[in-house]
Amino acid sequence: MNLASPHRFNAIGFAITLVTVICAVLWAFPIYWGIVSSLKPDDEVVRAYIELWPDNLTFEHYVFALTQTQIGYWYMNSIATAIGVTVLTVGTSVFAGYAISQLRFPLRRPLWWLILASFMVPTQVLIINHFVLMANMGLLNSWAGIILPQLIHPVIIIVYKQFFDQVPTDFREAAIMDNASEWRILFKVYIPMNWGVTAALSIVTFIWAWNAFLWPFLAVTRTDMMTITVGITQTNDSFGVYYASELAAAVLAGFPVALAYLLFQRRVTEAITLSAGIKG
Amino acid sequence: MIRNPRKEALVAYLLIAPFVAIYGLIFIYPTAQLFHLSFTDAPLIGPGDFLGTDNYGRLPGDRRFNTALWNTAYFVALTVIPGAMIALAISLGVSRLSGRLQALVLALFFLPYILPVSVVYRLWDWTLNFQFGIAMHAFDLVGIDRVPIFKVTGWFMPAVAFVTIWWTAGFSILLFLAGLRAIPREIYEAASLDNASRWRTFRKVTWPLLWPVTSLVLTIQLILQLKIFDQVYLFSDGGRPNDNLVMVYYIFQRAFERDQGGRAAAAAVVLFLIVIVVSVLNFQLMRLSGSRNK
Repeated sequence: MNLASPHRFNAIGFAITLVTVICAVLWAFPIYWGIVSSLKPDDEVVRAYIELWPDNLTFEHYVFALTQTQIGYWYMNSIATAIGVTVLTVGTSVFAGYAISQLRFPLRRPLWWLILASFMVPTQVLIINHFVLMANMGLLNSWAGIILPQLIHPVIIIVYKQFFDQVPTDFREAAIMDNASEWRILFKVYIPMNWGVTAALSIVTFIWAWNAFLWPFLAVTRTDMMTITVGITQTNDSFGVYYASELAAAVLAGFPVALAYLLFQRRVTEAITLSAGIKG
Repeated sequence: MIRNPRKEALVAYLLIAPFVAIYGLIFIYPTAQLFHLSFTDAPLIGPGDFLGTDNYGRLPGDRRFNTALWNTAYFVALTVIPGAMIALAISLGVSRLSGRLQALVLALFFLPYILPVSVVYRLWDWTLNFQFGIAMHAFDLVGIDRVPIFKVTGWFMPAVAFVTIWWTAGFSILLFLAGLRAIPREIYEAASLDNASRWRTFRKVTWPLLWPVTSLVLTIQLILQLKIFDQVYLFSDGGRPNDNLVMVYYIFQRAFERDQGGRAAAAAVVLFLIVIVVSVLNFQLMRLSGSRNK
Protein backbone atom coordinates (compact mmCIF):
# COMPACT_ATOMS: atom_id res chain seq x y z
CA MET A 1 0.00 0.00 0.00
CA ASN A 2 1.17 3.45 -0.81
CA LEU A 3 1.43 5.42 2.41
CA ALA A 4 1.33 8.78 0.67
CA SER A 5 -1.95 8.09 -1.05
CA PRO A 6 -4.41 8.82 1.78
CA HIS A 7 -2.89 12.25 2.15
CA ARG A 8 -3.07 13.03 -1.54
CA PHE A 9 -6.66 11.78 -1.65
CA ASN A 10 -7.67 14.07 1.19
CA ALA A 11 -6.32 17.19 -0.46
CA ILE A 12 -8.17 16.50 -3.70
CA GLY A 13 -11.20 15.26 -1.79
CA PHE A 14 -11.36 18.45 0.23
CA ALA A 15 -11.13 20.54 -2.92
CA ILE A 16 -14.00 18.60 -4.52
CA THR A 17 -16.13 19.01 -1.39
CA LEU A 18 -15.42 22.72 -1.29
CA VAL A 19 -16.33 23.16 -4.97
CA THR A 20 -19.55 21.17 -4.44
CA VAL A 21 -20.60 23.36 -1.52
CA ILE A 22 -19.79 26.58 -3.40
CA CYS A 23 -21.71 25.35 -6.44
CA ALA A 24 -24.71 24.49 -4.24
CA VAL A 25 -24.77 28.02 -2.85
CA LEU A 26 -24.46 29.55 -6.33
CA TRP A 27 -27.12 27.13 -7.62
CA ALA A 28 -29.70 28.31 -5.10
CA PHE A 29 -28.61 31.94 -5.36
CA PRO A 30 -31.30 33.03 -7.88
CA ILE A 31 -33.94 31.91 -5.36
CA TYR A 32 -32.28 33.92 -2.61
CA TRP A 33 -31.89 36.87 -4.97
CA GLY A 34 -35.56 36.77 -5.91
CA ILE A 35 -36.62 36.74 -2.26
CA VAL A 36 -34.22 39.52 -1.24
CA SER A 37 -35.26 41.69 -4.20
CA SER A 38 -38.89 41.33 -3.20
CA LEU A 39 -38.02 42.73 0.23
CA LYS A 40 -36.41 45.93 -1.07
CA PRO A 41 -38.09 49.28 -1.68
CA ASP A 42 -38.36 50.13 -5.39
CA ASP A 43 -35.38 52.48 -5.51
CA GLU A 44 -33.12 49.79 -4.04
CA VAL A 45 -34.39 47.10 -6.39
CA VAL A 46 -32.95 48.88 -9.43
CA ARG A 47 -29.62 49.93 -7.91
CA ALA A 48 -26.70 49.59 -10.29
CA TYR A 49 -24.54 47.71 -7.78
CA ILE A 50 -25.10 44.41 -6.04
CA GLU A 51 -26.85 44.76 -2.71
CA LEU A 52 -27.08 41.38 -1.01
CA TRP A 53 -29.31 42.61 1.83
CA PRO A 54 -31.82 45.48 1.72
CA ASP A 55 -30.86 48.75 3.45
CA ASN A 56 -34.51 49.25 4.27
CA LEU A 57 -36.32 45.96 4.55
CA THR A 58 -39.93 46.34 3.48
CA PHE A 59 -42.98 44.14 3.03
CA GLU A 60 -44.79 46.72 0.89
CA HIS A 61 -44.61 44.49 -2.21
CA TYR A 62 -46.24 41.64 -0.35
CA VAL A 63 -48.96 43.97 0.85
CA PHE A 64 -49.38 45.12 -2.75
CA ALA A 65 -49.52 41.55 -4.13
CA LEU A 66 -51.98 40.49 -1.45
CA THR A 67 -54.28 43.48 -1.75
CA GLN A 68 -53.99 44.69 -5.34
CA THR A 69 -54.21 41.34 -7.12
CA GLN A 70 -56.62 38.44 -6.81
CA ILE A 71 -53.97 36.30 -5.21
CA GLY A 72 -56.37 35.25 -2.45
CA TYR A 73 -58.64 33.64 -5.04
CA TRP A 74 -55.64 32.10 -6.79
CA TYR A 75 -54.48 30.51 -3.55
CA MET A 76 -57.94 29.13 -2.94
CA ASN A 77 -58.19 27.76 -6.49
CA SER A 78 -54.73 26.19 -6.28
CA ILE A 79 -55.40 24.58 -2.91
CA ALA A 80 -58.81 23.24 -4.00
CA THR A 81 -57.65 21.89 -7.37
CA ALA A 82 -54.38 20.44 -6.06
CA ILE A 83 -56.22 18.63 -3.25
CA GLY A 84 -58.85 17.45 -5.73
CA VAL A 85 -56.23 16.07 -8.11
CA THR A 86 -54.36 14.39 -5.24
CA VAL A 87 -57.37 12.73 -3.63
CA LEU A 88 -58.85 11.53 -6.93
CA THR A 89 -55.56 10.32 -8.40
CA VAL A 90 -54.31 8.53 -5.29
CA GLY A 91 -57.79 7.20 -4.47
CA THR A 92 -58.52 5.69 -7.87
CA SER A 93 -54.93 4.44 -8.19
CA VAL A 94 -54.85 2.60 -4.89
CA PHE A 95 -58.04 0.72 -5.81
CA ALA A 96 -56.91 -0.09 -9.34
CA GLY A 97 -53.41 -0.99 -8.16
CA TYR A 98 -54.84 -3.40 -5.59
CA ALA A 99 -57.17 -5.05 -8.09
CA ILE A 100 -54.39 -5.54 -10.63
CA SER A 101 -51.92 -6.77 -8.04
CA GLN A 102 -54.10 -9.11 -5.97
CA LEU A 103 -57.23 -10.09 -7.84
CA ARG A 104 -57.73 -12.30 -10.88
CA PHE A 105 -60.27 -11.06 -13.40
CA PRO A 106 -60.62 -11.47 -17.18
CA LEU A 107 -59.51 -7.98 -18.30
CA ARG A 108 -56.55 -7.79 -15.97
CA ARG A 109 -53.75 -8.10 -18.56
CA PRO A 110 -55.24 -5.69 -21.17
CA LEU A 111 -55.81 -3.14 -18.39
CA TRP A 112 -52.22 -3.42 -17.21
CA TRP A 113 -50.96 -2.97 -20.79
CA LEU A 114 -53.20 0.07 -21.19
CA ILE A 115 -51.71 1.61 -18.05
CA LEU A 116 -48.14 0.89 -19.15
CA ALA A 117 -48.89 2.24 -22.64
CA SER A 118 -50.47 5.42 -21.33
CA PHE A 119 -47.22 6.03 -19.49
CA MET A 120 -45.73 6.89 -22.89
CA VAL A 121 -48.48 9.15 -24.19
CA PRO A 122 -47.66 12.84 -23.84
CA THR A 123 -50.72 14.50 -22.27
CA GLN A 124 -49.67 17.78 -23.89
CA VAL A 125 -50.92 16.53 -27.26
CA LEU A 126 -54.39 16.09 -25.80
CA ILE A 127 -54.85 19.77 -24.87
CA ILE A 128 -57.02 20.48 -27.91
CA ASN A 129 -59.45 17.67 -27.17
CA HIS A 130 -59.41 18.25 -23.44
CA PHE A 131 -60.41 21.82 -24.14
CA VAL A 132 -63.22 20.79 -26.49
CA LEU A 133 -64.43 18.18 -24.00
CA MET A 134 -64.40 20.56 -21.04
CA ALA A 135 -66.09 23.28 -23.10
CA ASN A 136 -68.84 20.86 -24.15
CA MET A 137 -69.30 19.79 -20.55
CA GLY A 138 -69.48 23.44 -19.50
CA LEU A 139 -66.51 23.00 -17.18
CA LEU A 140 -64.17 25.75 -18.41
CA ASN A 141 -63.46 28.26 -15.65
CA SER A 142 -64.36 25.74 -12.97
CA TRP A 143 -62.43 23.66 -10.45
CA ALA A 144 -63.72 20.43 -11.99
CA GLY A 145 -62.49 21.58 -15.40
CA ILE A 146 -59.02 22.27 -14.01
CA ILE A 147 -58.90 18.97 -12.12
CA LEU A 148 -60.26 16.38 -14.58
CA PRO A 149 -57.63 16.41 -17.34
CA GLN A 150 -54.87 16.33 -14.70
CA LEU A 151 -55.86 12.89 -13.46
CA ILE A 152 -53.68 10.95 -15.89
CA HIS A 153 -50.88 9.69 -13.63
CA PRO A 154 -50.41 6.00 -14.51
CA VAL A 155 -47.16 5.94 -12.56
CA ILE A 156 -49.06 6.05 -9.26
CA ILE A 157 -50.86 2.81 -10.11
CA ILE A 158 -47.60 1.22 -11.23
CA VAL A 159 -45.93 2.09 -7.91
CA TYR A 160 -48.91 0.81 -5.88
CA LYS A 161 -48.93 -2.45 -7.83
CA GLN A 162 -45.23 -2.96 -7.12
CA PHE A 163 -45.72 -2.40 -3.40
CA PHE A 164 -48.83 -4.57 -3.15
CA ASP A 165 -47.03 -7.32 -5.07
CA GLN A 166 -44.44 -7.39 -2.31
CA VAL A 167 -46.83 -7.87 0.58
CA PRO A 168 -46.27 -11.52 1.63
CA THR A 169 -49.24 -13.69 0.58
CA ASP A 170 -49.42 -15.09 4.13
CA PHE A 171 -51.25 -11.95 5.24
CA ARG A 172 -53.81 -12.36 2.55
CA GLU A 173 -54.33 -16.03 3.15
CA ALA A 174 -54.74 -15.53 6.89
CA ALA A 175 -57.32 -12.80 6.28
CA ILE A 176 -59.24 -14.97 3.85
CA MET A 177 -59.23 -17.80 6.40
CA ASP A 178 -60.84 -15.33 8.81
CA ASN A 179 -63.51 -14.70 6.21
CA ALA A 180 -62.46 -11.10 5.73
CA SER A 181 -63.91 -9.39 2.66
CA GLU A 182 -61.66 -7.89 -0.05
CA TRP A 183 -62.53 -4.43 1.26
CA ARG A 184 -61.39 -5.34 4.74
CA ILE A 185 -58.18 -6.83 3.39
CA LEU A 186 -57.50 -3.71 1.37
CA PHE A 187 -58.32 -1.23 4.13
CA LYS A 188 -57.01 -3.19 7.12
CA VAL A 189 -53.94 -4.86 5.64
CA TYR A 190 -52.68 -3.49 2.33
CA ILE A 191 -53.27 0.23 2.77
CA PRO A 192 -52.03 0.42 6.40
CA MET A 193 -48.92 -1.60 5.46
CA ASN A 194 -48.11 0.99 2.79
CA TRP A 195 -48.91 4.29 4.51
CA GLY A 196 -45.42 5.54 3.76
CA VAL A 197 -45.89 5.12 0.02
CA THR A 198 -49.32 6.72 0.14
CA ALA A 199 -47.93 9.71 2.03
CA ALA A 200 -45.03 10.08 -0.38
CA LEU A 201 -47.17 9.74 -3.51
CA SER A 202 -49.77 12.16 -2.15
CA ILE A 203 -47.18 14.82 -1.42
CA VAL A 204 -45.65 14.68 -4.90
CA THR A 205 -49.03 14.51 -6.62
CA PHE A 206 -50.00 17.65 -4.70
CA ILE A 207 -46.76 19.35 -5.76
CA TRP A 208 -47.27 18.32 -9.42
CA ALA A 209 -50.84 19.63 -9.38
CA TRP A 210 -49.84 22.88 -7.68
CA ASN A 211 -47.10 23.40 -10.27
CA ALA A 212 -49.20 22.45 -13.30
CA PHE A 213 -49.15 25.24 -15.84
CA LEU A 214 -50.29 24.36 -19.37
CA TRP A 215 -53.71 22.90 -18.63
CA PRO A 216 -54.83 25.33 -15.90
CA PHE A 217 -53.62 28.11 -18.19
CA LEU A 218 -55.90 26.88 -21.01
CA ALA A 219 -58.88 25.89 -18.89
CA VAL A 220 -59.35 29.28 -17.27
CA THR A 221 -59.97 32.69 -18.79
CA ARG A 222 -61.47 34.47 -15.79
CA THR A 223 -58.83 36.06 -13.58
CA ASP A 224 -60.60 35.06 -10.36
CA MET A 225 -60.63 31.37 -11.36
CA MET A 226 -56.89 31.11 -12.10
CA THR A 227 -54.57 28.93 -10.09
CA ILE A 228 -51.67 30.81 -8.52
CA THR A 229 -49.14 29.28 -10.91
CA VAL A 230 -50.99 30.83 -13.83
CA GLY A 231 -52.22 33.93 -12.04
CA ILE A 232 -48.80 35.36 -11.24
CA THR A 233 -47.88 35.36 -14.94
CA GLN A 234 -50.99 37.27 -15.94
CA THR A 235 -50.29 40.40 -13.96
CA ASN A 236 -48.01 42.42 -16.23
CA ASP A 237 -50.59 45.13 -16.66
CA SER A 238 -51.46 45.61 -13.04
CA PHE A 239 -47.82 45.62 -11.95
CA GLY A 240 -46.36 47.82 -14.68
CA VAL A 241 -42.59 47.47 -14.31
CA TYR A 242 -42.59 46.78 -10.61
CA TYR A 243 -40.20 43.85 -10.54
CA ALA A 244 -40.30 43.58 -6.78
CA SER A 245 -44.07 43.13 -6.71
CA GLU A 246 -43.87 40.43 -9.38
CA LEU A 247 -41.20 38.69 -7.34
CA ALA A 248 -43.26 38.98 -4.16
CA ALA A 249 -46.17 37.28 -5.94
CA ALA A 250 -43.77 34.59 -7.21
CA VAL A 251 -42.43 34.00 -3.69
CA LEU A 252 -46.01 33.63 -2.44
CA ALA A 253 -46.72 31.12 -5.25
CA GLY A 254 -43.63 29.03 -4.61
CA PHE A 255 -43.74 29.13 -0.82
CA PRO A 256 -46.26 26.32 -0.16
CA VAL A 257 -44.48 23.75 -2.34
CA ALA A 258 -41.04 24.76 -1.10
CA LEU A 259 -42.33 24.38 2.46
CA ALA A 260 -43.91 21.01 1.66
CA TYR A 261 -40.56 19.86 0.31
CA LEU A 262 -38.54 21.13 3.26
CA LEU A 263 -40.96 19.52 5.74
CA PHE A 264 -41.22 16.18 3.96
CA GLN A 265 -37.84 16.09 2.25
CA ARG A 266 -37.36 12.34 2.67
CA ARG A 267 -40.83 11.44 1.45
CA VAL A 268 -40.57 13.72 -1.57
CA THR A 269 -37.24 12.30 -2.70
CA GLU A 270 -38.54 8.76 -2.10
CA ALA A 271 -41.64 9.33 -4.20
CA ILE A 272 -39.69 10.94 -7.00
CA THR A 273 -37.19 8.11 -7.29
CA LEU A 274 -40.09 5.64 -7.13
CA SER A 275 -41.95 7.46 -9.88
CA ALA A 276 -38.91 7.03 -12.12
CA GLY A 277 -38.92 3.28 -11.50
CA ILE A 278 -36.06 3.13 -9.01
CA LYS A 279 -36.64 1.73 -5.56
CA GLY A 280 -34.82 4.05 -3.15
CA MET B 1 -56.64 -21.40 -0.88
CA ILE B 2 -60.32 -21.18 -1.76
CA ARG B 3 -61.10 -18.59 -4.36
CA ASN B 4 -64.46 -17.62 -5.67
CA PRO B 5 -63.60 -16.42 -9.21
CA ARG B 6 -66.92 -14.75 -9.93
CA LYS B 7 -67.01 -12.80 -6.68
CA GLU B 8 -63.36 -11.89 -7.07
CA ALA B 9 -63.92 -10.53 -10.59
CA LEU B 10 -66.92 -8.54 -9.39
CA VAL B 11 -64.91 -6.90 -6.62
CA ALA B 12 -62.12 -6.22 -9.09
CA TYR B 13 -64.47 -4.47 -11.51
CA LEU B 14 -65.85 -2.32 -8.71
CA LEU B 15 -62.32 -1.37 -7.70
CA ILE B 16 -61.17 -0.45 -11.19
CA ALA B 17 -64.45 1.25 -12.17
CA PRO B 18 -63.56 4.80 -11.02
CA PHE B 19 -60.17 4.60 -12.68
CA VAL B 20 -61.56 3.18 -15.93
CA ALA B 21 -64.32 5.81 -16.02
CA ILE B 22 -61.83 8.66 -15.63
CA TYR B 23 -59.41 7.14 -18.11
CA GLY B 24 -62.11 6.57 -20.67
CA LEU B 25 -63.29 10.15 -20.37
CA ILE B 26 -60.02 12.06 -20.30
CA PHE B 27 -57.59 9.72 -21.98
CA ILE B 28 -59.03 7.21 -24.43
CA TYR B 29 -61.89 9.32 -25.75
CA PRO B 30 -59.75 12.46 -26.31
CA THR B 31 -57.01 10.38 -27.96
CA ALA B 32 -59.51 8.90 -30.43
CA GLN B 33 -60.99 12.38 -31.00
CA LEU B 34 -57.53 13.78 -31.66
CA PHE B 35 -56.95 11.41 -34.58
CA HIS B 36 -60.41 12.08 -35.92
CA LEU B 37 -60.01 15.85 -35.65
CA SER B 38 -56.72 15.77 -37.52
CA PHE B 39 -58.50 14.64 -40.70
CA THR B 40 -60.99 17.54 -40.70
CA ASP B 41 -60.95 21.29 -41.23
CA ALA B 42 -62.74 21.92 -37.95
CA PRO B 43 -62.11 25.05 -35.88
CA LEU B 44 -61.18 24.64 -32.21
CA ILE B 45 -64.79 24.12 -31.19
CA GLY B 46 -67.42 22.98 -33.64
CA PRO B 47 -67.79 20.51 -36.51
CA GLY B 48 -65.71 20.42 -39.68
CA ASP B 49 -65.61 18.66 -43.04
CA PHE B 50 -63.56 15.58 -43.69
CA LEU B 51 -60.38 16.50 -45.55
CA GLY B 52 -58.44 13.26 -45.72
CA THR B 53 -54.75 13.80 -45.08
CA ASP B 54 -54.63 17.42 -46.25
CA ASN B 55 -53.69 18.73 -42.81
CA TYR B 56 -50.69 16.41 -42.76
CA GLY B 57 -49.75 17.29 -46.32
CA ARG B 58 -49.52 20.96 -45.39
CA LEU B 59 -47.16 20.44 -42.45
CA PRO B 60 -43.86 20.01 -44.36
CA GLY B 61 -44.47 23.25 -46.26
CA ASP B 62 -45.47 25.18 -43.16
CA ARG B 63 -42.59 27.44 -42.20
CA ARG B 64 -43.74 27.74 -38.60
CA PHE B 65 -44.05 23.99 -38.24
CA ASN B 66 -40.51 23.58 -39.50
CA THR B 67 -39.30 26.20 -37.04
CA ALA B 68 -41.10 24.35 -34.27
CA LEU B 69 -39.65 20.97 -35.27
CA TRP B 70 -36.13 22.34 -35.60
CA ASN B 71 -36.30 24.30 -32.34
CA THR B 72 -37.59 21.27 -30.46
CA ALA B 73 -34.67 19.18 -31.75
CA TYR B 74 -32.28 22.03 -30.91
CA PHE B 75 -33.74 22.30 -27.42
CA VAL B 76 -33.39 18.55 -26.87
CA ALA B 77 -29.75 18.74 -27.97
CA LEU B 78 -29.12 21.66 -25.61
CA THR B 79 -30.71 20.08 -22.54
CA VAL B 80 -30.70 16.27 -22.49
CA ILE B 81 -27.02 15.29 -22.55
CA PRO B 82 -25.62 18.52 -21.02
CA GLY B 83 -28.25 18.35 -18.29
CA ALA B 84 -27.44 14.73 -17.49
CA MET B 85 -23.70 15.50 -17.37
CA ILE B 86 -24.21 18.41 -15.00
CA ALA B 87 -26.51 16.33 -12.79
CA LEU B 88 -23.99 13.48 -12.73
CA ALA B 89 -21.15 15.82 -11.77
CA ILE B 90 -23.26 17.32 -8.99
CA SER B 91 -24.36 13.96 -7.64
CA LEU B 92 -20.75 12.71 -7.58
CA GLY B 93 -19.93 15.75 -5.47
CA VAL B 94 -22.97 15.35 -3.22
CA SER B 95 -22.41 11.62 -2.70
CA ARG B 96 -19.02 12.35 -1.09
CA LEU B 97 -20.68 14.38 1.64
CA SER B 98 -22.49 12.92 4.60
CA GLY B 99 -24.98 13.75 7.33
CA ARG B 100 -26.47 17.22 7.66
CA LEU B 101 -24.09 18.80 5.18
CA GLN B 102 -25.21 16.36 2.50
CA ALA B 103 -28.88 16.98 3.27
CA LEU B 104 -28.34 20.73 3.09
CA VAL B 105 -26.34 20.69 -0.14
CA LEU B 106 -28.80 18.30 -1.77
CA ALA B 107 -31.69 20.54 -0.73
CA LEU B 108 -29.98 23.57 -2.32
CA PHE B 109 -29.56 21.71 -5.62
CA PHE B 110 -33.02 20.17 -5.46
CA LEU B 111 -35.09 23.19 -4.44
CA PRO B 112 -35.53 24.63 -7.97
CA TYR B 113 -37.16 21.40 -9.16
CA ILE B 114 -39.95 21.81 -6.63
CA LEU B 115 -40.89 25.31 -7.83
CA PRO B 116 -43.68 26.07 -10.31
CA VAL B 117 -42.48 27.03 -13.78
CA SER B 118 -43.90 30.52 -13.46
CA VAL B 119 -41.81 31.12 -10.34
CA VAL B 120 -38.73 29.87 -12.18
CA TYR B 121 -39.65 32.25 -14.99
CA ARG B 122 -39.95 35.23 -12.64
CA LEU B 123 -36.66 34.42 -10.89
CA TRP B 124 -34.63 34.14 -14.09
CA ASP B 125 -36.40 36.92 -15.90
CA TRP B 126 -35.23 39.07 -13.01
CA THR B 127 -31.76 37.56 -12.67
CA LEU B 128 -31.10 37.95 -16.41
CA ASN B 129 -32.93 41.28 -16.72
CA PHE B 130 -31.30 43.46 -19.37
CA GLN B 131 -31.17 46.61 -17.22
CA PHE B 132 -31.13 45.46 -13.61
CA GLY B 133 -30.33 41.75 -13.68
CA ILE B 134 -27.56 40.62 -11.39
CA ALA B 135 -26.22 38.28 -14.08
CA MET B 136 -25.44 41.29 -16.25
CA HIS B 137 -22.67 42.18 -13.81
CA ALA B 138 -21.07 38.91 -14.89
CA PHE B 139 -21.47 39.97 -18.53
CA ASP B 140 -19.73 43.27 -17.71
CA LEU B 141 -16.98 41.43 -15.89
CA VAL B 142 -16.26 39.11 -18.81
CA GLY B 143 -16.55 42.05 -21.20
CA ILE B 144 -19.53 40.94 -23.26
CA ASP B 145 -22.02 43.62 -24.20
CA ARG B 146 -25.25 43.33 -22.26
CA VAL B 147 -28.05 41.77 -24.28
CA PRO B 148 -31.80 41.52 -23.70
CA ILE B 149 -31.36 37.74 -23.65
CA PHE B 150 -34.92 36.60 -24.15
CA LYS B 151 -35.59 39.10 -26.93
CA VAL B 152 -32.68 38.04 -29.17
CA THR B 153 -33.36 34.91 -31.18
CA GLY B 154 -29.82 33.53 -31.03
CA TRP B 155 -29.75 33.79 -27.24
CA PHE B 156 -33.25 32.58 -26.56
CA MET B 157 -33.02 28.79 -26.87
CA PRO B 158 -29.65 28.41 -25.11
CA ALA B 159 -30.86 30.65 -22.28
CA VAL B 160 -34.14 28.76 -21.86
CA ALA B 161 -32.19 25.47 -22.03
CA PHE B 162 -29.89 26.75 -19.28
CA VAL B 163 -32.83 27.72 -17.09
CA THR B 164 -34.47 24.35 -17.78
CA ILE B 165 -31.35 22.46 -16.73
CA TRP B 166 -31.23 24.53 -13.56
CA TRP B 167 -34.89 23.83 -12.92
CA THR B 168 -34.95 20.07 -13.61
CA ALA B 169 -31.45 18.89 -12.63
CA GLY B 170 -32.66 18.08 -9.10
CA PHE B 171 -34.71 15.20 -10.44
CA SER B 172 -31.76 13.62 -12.31
CA ILE B 173 -29.51 14.20 -9.30
CA LEU B 174 -31.85 12.14 -7.12
CA LEU B 175 -31.78 9.28 -9.60
CA PHE B 176 -27.98 9.39 -9.91
CA LEU B 177 -27.61 9.45 -6.12
CA ALA B 178 -29.86 6.39 -5.81
CA GLY B 179 -27.73 4.68 -8.46
CA LEU B 180 -24.47 5.63 -6.75
CA ARG B 181 -25.74 4.34 -3.41
CA ALA B 182 -26.50 0.98 -5.02
CA ILE B 183 -22.85 0.44 -6.00
CA PRO B 184 -21.26 -1.83 -3.36
CA ARG B 185 -18.55 -0.17 -1.27
CA GLU B 186 -16.30 -3.22 -1.55
CA ILE B 187 -15.71 -2.48 -5.21
CA TYR B 188 -14.33 0.94 -4.35
CA GLU B 189 -12.24 -0.51 -1.55
CA ALA B 190 -10.79 -3.03 -3.98
CA ALA B 191 -10.07 -0.25 -6.45
CA SER B 192 -8.28 1.86 -3.82
CA LEU B 193 -6.20 -1.19 -2.75
CA ASP B 194 -5.15 -1.44 -6.38
CA ASN B 195 -4.14 2.19 -6.15
CA ALA B 196 -6.43 3.09 -9.02
CA SER B 197 -6.60 6.81 -9.68
CA ARG B 198 -9.82 8.75 -9.15
CA TRP B 199 -10.43 9.06 -12.87
CA ARG B 200 -9.68 5.35 -13.49
CA THR B 201 -12.03 4.32 -10.68
CA PHE B 202 -14.75 6.50 -12.17
CA ARG B 203 -14.22 5.17 -15.70
CA LYS B 204 -13.82 1.50 -14.80
CA VAL B 205 -16.20 1.20 -11.86
CA THR B 206 -18.66 4.05 -11.40
CA TRP B 207 -19.53 4.81 -15.02
CA PRO B 208 -20.29 1.24 -16.18
CA LEU B 209 -22.19 0.36 -13.00
CA LEU B 210 -24.14 3.61 -13.18
CA TRP B 211 -25.00 3.21 -16.87
CA PRO B 212 -28.53 1.81 -16.32
CA VAL B 213 -29.38 4.93 -14.30
CA THR B 214 -27.70 7.20 -16.83
CA SER B 215 -29.73 5.74 -19.68
CA LEU B 216 -32.88 6.09 -17.58
CA VAL B 217 -32.12 9.75 -16.91
CA LEU B 218 -31.44 10.37 -20.60
CA THR B 219 -34.68 8.65 -21.61
CA ILE B 220 -36.82 10.56 -19.13
CA GLN B 221 -35.20 13.86 -20.03
CA LEU B 222 -35.51 13.23 -23.77
CA ILE B 223 -39.22 12.51 -23.56
CA LEU B 224 -39.75 15.41 -21.17
CA GLN B 225 -37.96 17.94 -23.34
CA LEU B 226 -39.75 16.89 -26.53
CA LYS B 227 -42.90 18.15 -24.82
CA ILE B 228 -41.51 21.49 -23.72
CA PHE B 229 -43.88 24.44 -23.75
CA ASP B 230 -44.24 26.34 -20.47
CA GLN B 231 -40.82 27.98 -20.24
CA VAL B 232 -40.69 28.82 -23.94
CA TYR B 233 -44.12 30.40 -23.82
CA LEU B 234 -43.42 32.43 -20.68
CA PHE B 235 -40.00 33.69 -21.71
CA SER B 236 -41.34 34.61 -25.18
CA ASP B 237 -43.58 37.23 -23.58
CA GLY B 238 -42.65 40.56 -25.13
CA GLY B 239 -40.09 38.87 -27.37
CA ARG B 240 -40.33 37.05 -30.70
CA PRO B 241 -42.61 34.03 -30.17
CA ASN B 242 -42.63 33.06 -33.84
CA ASP B 243 -38.88 32.51 -33.82
CA ASN B 244 -39.09 30.51 -30.60
CA LEU B 245 -41.83 28.07 -31.59
CA VAL B 246 -41.54 24.51 -30.31
CA MET B 247 -43.92 21.66 -31.12
CA VAL B 248 -46.42 22.15 -28.29
CA TYR B 249 -46.25 25.92 -28.79
CA TYR B 250 -47.12 25.45 -32.46
CA ILE B 251 -50.07 23.24 -31.51
CA PHE B 252 -51.19 25.85 -28.97
CA GLN B 253 -50.87 28.66 -31.51
CA ARG B 254 -52.81 26.85 -34.26
CA ALA B 255 -55.59 25.70 -31.92
CA PHE B 256 -56.01 28.53 -29.46
CA GLU B 257 -54.77 31.64 -31.25
CA ARG B 258 -55.81 30.84 -34.83
CA ASP B 259 -58.82 28.63 -34.13
CA GLN B 260 -57.63 25.86 -36.49
CA GLY B 261 -58.43 22.71 -34.51
CA GLY B 262 -57.87 20.34 -37.44
CA ARG B 263 -54.43 21.63 -38.37
CA ALA B 264 -53.38 21.77 -34.72
CA ALA B 265 -54.52 18.17 -34.26
CA ALA B 266 -52.40 17.00 -37.21
CA ALA B 267 -49.31 18.54 -35.61
CA ALA B 268 -50.30 17.00 -32.26
CA VAL B 269 -50.53 13.56 -33.87
CA VAL B 270 -47.03 14.03 -35.31
CA LEU B 271 -45.66 14.89 -31.85
CA PHE B 272 -47.62 11.99 -30.37
CA LEU B 273 -45.98 9.58 -32.84
CA ILE B 274 -42.50 11.04 -32.30
CA VAL B 275 -42.80 10.53 -28.54
CA ILE B 276 -44.16 6.99 -28.94
CA VAL B 277 -41.42 6.01 -31.40
CA VAL B 278 -38.72 7.47 -29.16
CA SER B 279 -40.18 5.68 -26.11
CA VAL B 280 -40.37 2.33 -27.85
CA LEU B 281 -36.88 2.66 -29.34
CA ASN B 282 -35.49 3.60 -25.95
CA PHE B 283 -37.24 0.71 -24.30
CA GLN B 284 -35.86 -1.74 -26.86
CA LEU B 285 -32.35 -0.29 -26.59
CA MET B 286 -32.42 -0.55 -22.81
CA ARG B 287 -33.65 -4.12 -23.03
CA LEU B 288 -30.94 -5.01 -25.54
CA SER B 289 -28.13 -3.50 -23.49
CA GLY B 290 -29.64 -5.07 -20.39
CA SER B 291 -29.59 -8.56 -21.84
CA ARG B 292 -26.05 -8.07 -23.14
CA ASN B 293 -24.80 -7.25 -19.65
CA LYS B 294 -26.33 -10.43 -18.30
